Amino acid sequence: MTQSRRTKYSIFSLARNAFSHHENWQVVWRSPPPQKSYDVIVVGGGGHGLATAYYLAKEHGISNVAVLEKGWIGGGNTGRNTTIVRSNYLWDEAALLYEKSMQLWEGLSQDLNYNVMFSQRGVYNLGHSLQDMRDIARRVNANRLNGIDGELLSGTQVKERIPIINIACRYPVLGASFQARGGVARHDAVAWGFARAADARGVDIIQNCEVTGIRREGDKVTGVETERGFIAAPKIAVVTAGHSSVLAEMAGLRLPIESHPLQALVSEPLKPVLDTVVMSNAVHGYVSQSDKGELVIGSGIDSFTGYGQRGSFSIIEDNLAAIVELFPIFSRVRMLRQWGGIVDTCPDACPIVAKTSVRGLYFNCGWGTGGFKATPGSGWVFAHTVARDEPHALNAAFDIERFVSGALIDEHGAAGVAH
Amino acid sequence: MLHIECPWCGPRDQSEFSYGGEAHIVRPTDPDALSDEQWADYLFMRANPKGKHREQWCHSAGCRRWFNVVRDTVSYEIVAVYRVGETPPEVDDAD
Repeated sequence: MTQSRRTKYSIFSLARNAFSHHENWQVVWRSPPPQKSYDVIVVGGGGHGLATAYYLAKEHGISNVAVLEKGWIGGGNTGRNTTIVRSNYLWDEAALLYEKSMQLWEGLSQDLNYNVMFSQRGVYNLGHSLQDMRDIARRVNANRLNGIDGELLSGTQVKERIPIINIACRYPVLGASFQARGGVARHDAVAWGFARAADARGVDIIQNCEVTGIRREGDKVTGVETERGFIAAPKIAVVTAGHSSVLAEMAGLRLPIESHPLQALVSEPLKPVLDTVVMSNAVHGYVSQSDKGELVIGSGIDSFTGYGQRGSFSIIEDNLAAIVELFPIFSRVRMLRQWGGIVDTCPDACPIVAKTSVRGLYFNCGWGTGGFKATPGSGWVFAHTVARDEPHALNAAFDIERFVSGALIDEHGAAGVAH
Repeated sequence: MLHIECPWCGPRDQSEFSYGGEAHIVRPTDPDALSDEQWADYLFMRANPKGKHREQWCHSAGCRRWFNVVRDTVSYEIVAVYRVGETPPEVDDAD
């Protein structure tokens, strides 16, 4: 099946479908029964997995691909994050990888023919101490040397641009970095857009199909055991975020990953009050306003490991104390919902996008608390890695061997807390 | 929010404790004899099970003593608490 067999979304298709009361829209993606075998099986139908399948078909001509999802598309971390996109990472390896992703974001709605509502409203990372400001200045300079936009702002400049912020708070806002190209995207639209575009290129998206085992023959994989029987494939690409260790165990591998609950919450809808994204590592909070008017607030991870998709209330309490101190105007806003997702944290706060010691088995994991922004770039480099059986230059440093060689990429400053 | 029973102080709120990660990781007795792979395994690789996890906690805002806990990482239920040096209690990993 080719792209042309999908109805293209446009103002004309919208008008045409209005005549039939929008009852005859084509399904967004098929739900075929699994075939006996595929060229590549992608385990995990989150944003990263769907992007991997999409770029396998688009960039590498491999469309005999299945994406196996244990739940439903958009039901995992893709629909649970705080939708922030930025690429202002400190180290070259990480900055270039996230910047590749940023460049894909900038053309993504056109490329997928699906409005992912990517809004480059800018991202502020606040500094609250002299050391924060030194680190921020260093990161902004490093970003600019890598061709990534960044600005260093004083506390007064922050106050001019975000009038509702309280810079004279308990930990005063001394300044910020600002990435104008950063912003937010509608997270479930990203999953649906990639799913639709991958499906249009022939990828089978199979929901409610949990992988229960990885079958090996000697040092290579032959397929996966699933709830719906055995499915064969010479290449298996695992993109299961918080459940990466569970999948690794099925293949007899050990990973430097620990899974933690990470929480977020949204408020009741308000009139427009915050037109950008504000993040603070030091006081631990980040906030933006969705197009529906809700404040989208990101919290922190629980220190203990967990797979329960819920976290401790004390984490939210600390988080909201910081948000209210920064934005006193929000103090009487009521929260509508709170939820948790399971994030796969790596010791150096950087992902693993790599081949493994088992032939035909690839892992894309360890994105920790900040994987959403990397969705298109992660899929793009992982598709390259799987198709060519070797990493792209952009993800070569993100292998598992770095934990043996010691070549870690320490992004705790840019990634460790806020996302 | 967890309710943790400190083996010395009794049941207390989670906020009095700090988490110490996977328990029973043995520090190498002869570090010089280790290969890079063995070092990496000791330093970085973790079991991270979905199910029963033997882990360390410290009653940092209380008696400041370390102890071990068996906790279910899905339900977050604390199955057992035991002191450092004690034999881990038998628990069924499958429940």
